[in-house]
Amino acid sequence: MSDRTVAVWDGKVRIRVQSKGSGPALVFFHGPWGLTWDPFLDELAKSFTVHAPEHPGTTPETPDDVYHLDGLWDLVLCYDELLQALGLEAAALVGHSFGGMLACELAAAYPARARRLALIAPLGFWRDADRVVNWMMLDPARLPEYVFRDPKGEAAQRLFGSAEPEARVRLMWAMGATGKFIWPIPDKGLKKRAHRVTAPTLLVWGKEDRLVPPVYADEFTQRIPGARVQTVEGAGHVPHLERPEVVARMIREFVAA
Amino acid sequence: MKISAFHLMPHRELPDDFEKRYESVWVTPPWWELADATRVGQYYNWTLDELLFAARAGFDGVCTNEHHQNAYGFMPSPNLMGSVIAKATNGTNVAIVQMGATLPTSNPPIRVAEEYAMLDCISGGRLVAGLPLGSPMDVNLCYGITPMEHRERYREAFALTLKAWQAREIFAWNGRYYQLANVNLWPRPIQQPHPPVWVPGSGSISTFDFAVDNEVCYCFLSYSGAKAAKTMMQGYWDVVARKGRETNPYRAGFLQLVVVAETDAAAEAKYARHIEYFYHKCLHWPIQYGSPPGNQDYRSLVAASKSNIRRAEDTKQLRYRDFVEKGYVIAGSAATVRDRIKEEVVKGLRVGNLMVLLQIGSMPHELTLENMDRFAREVLPSLRGEWDDEGWVNHWWPERLRGGTAAPAAAVAAGRQ
Repeated sequence: MSDRTVAVWDGKVRIRVQSKGSGPALVFFHGPWGLTWDPFLDELAKSFTVHAPEHPGTTPETPDDVYHLDGLWDLVLCYDELLQALGLEAAALVGHSFGGMLACELAAAYPARARRLALIAPLGFWRDADRVVNWMMLDPARLPEYVFRDPKGEAAQRLFGSAEPEARVRLMWAMGATGKFIWPIPDKGLKKRAHRVTAPTLLVWGKEDRLVPPVYADEFTQRIPGARVQTVEGAGHVPHLERPEVVARMIREFVAA
Repeated sequence: MKISAFHLMPHRELPDDFEKRYESVWVTPPWWELADATRVGQYYNWTLDELLFAARAGFDGVCTNEHHQNAYGFMPSPNLMGSVIAKATNGTNVAIVQMGATLPTSNPPIRVAEEYAMLDCISGGRLVAGLPLGSPMDVNLCYGITPMEHRERYREAFALTLKAWQAREIFAWNGRYYQLANVNLWPRPIQQPHPPVWVPGSGSISTFDFAVDNEVCYCFLSYSGAKAAKTMMQGYWDVVARKGRETNPYRAGFLQLVVVAETDAAAEAKYARHIEYFYHKCLHWPIQYGSPPGNQDYRSLVAASKSNIRRAEDTKQLRYRDFVEKGYVIAGSAATVRDRIKEEVVKGLRVGNLMVLLQIGSMPHELTLENMDRFAREVLPSLRGEWDDEGWVNHWWPERLRGGTAAPAAAVAAGRQ
């Protein structure tokens, strides 16, 4: 695994990128709880060169870099600069939750940058009748039961289980640094822009997602021509952590097709 | 010293099982189940009558404050209340202490500068301009401001407010969060260069620095009493000293809950259930509401995770005698109250601008007036002379009210003995 830090935004925003594997380029955008290199990414790295950037501010060494960004548009531009710096004219863009929203925004802003677009339980829309649960305002002790189908399982422990102060700070700040771009409602206008996506698009949703209900897949399929949906049994909001092999296979087959 | 009567304007009749049936007094309390607009109109009028009573009874100032979607305090616009009080107290020496209109929830924030200037004009220059950051519940949860932007917006709005009051020329404000091409405030305040500014805080180091750098009065609006505030206020005074400023006690304000009766036992009989109502029902909200991710900056977050400061006490487990013993509330006979305020608040925290909360929770109108009356007649006169022997100037009080007092001359003389 290689690990490098790329400075973008006129040098003010430093983005740490972990990379592993060989094959076509695939960029993974993590969700609101920070990046952990997990079995899902290992699985993808068997078929692709996986690049996993950490969202601005979520890297413990550079927490304040996020203050240089005023909104989602700034963040999308940062990622365009990052792909340029990584030498990736186009890549498969994969994102989870907040990262799924971001991958979709990037593919809408720069359609040629996305060779394939795979979104795992992405944010980006709002329905009054099926409200997205604001994980930032949940009792921390109850967060796992909203995010995971099995809040006591190994995957939940890996993401939320540590009681170490450093881990708690990292989690809290990751929520703050990503939440900056979506507070208080994660609809920031993707509904106006999603039609610009030209890449073949796959949506992956845990069947028991209690945070972002699976009905939100319709918002994407209505706007992105040809987008299709695959649901994952036995999974909540983080199917790639709960069923890593299953989700990795879905994405591998979709990207390689 | 200066002593002001503070009011929250609470719901006084929440159901007995409120804290068991509902998740929060703030943000999500259901209006249609819990309140009635006609009755609430009565609360507002009681609140105004109580503050006007305090103004006539000899308090130096009266304070209102801003909260949103909050059953323990629902003056979403403190300036509406302040306006009534300003008009009704013309001809007196009572300060209108707005604690206050919240900058990050006002858009554009010069609305606060304008309304404060109006209040200063209406009151003949008696305004104290509180410029609070606002709580995460009010600002982030109710008014939708991004937690990570909360402090940055506040600081920009603060600078804009001070400039808008004082600028001789029309200016353009090209800020990060606010852009205004022609700032030209109508009206401007009577007080020059601007009304005294108080900034409430809750103990973060960055606010200490901000308060001292900007030469404002730092106020701790606490519900936990002076004993619990000692370490924190010492932190503030350390910053004052480190930055080479004089340790003028009028640089500090503090809010203390107080109830007075004929005897200590009478105080318990009269006030115990209202105190318990306040701490059991009014302070009932999920702890995470107070710290949405990003509201606290990274360094503070790291510092908090490493500190061994005990978690805030669960006030639902405490009863009246605990609250009194631990100093949450200063309660008892006039002598008890006077001695404890002098010892714990005035000397203990080095406070020159004292605020007292005398209407607490479910306390009814008549009992509130009784509490205010006893405090004004039997406690206030003996506190007013505190700090006089050291000769400090209260730069954070309207200039024309600094020497004068609304109290009867005899009471002032008694206080200065």
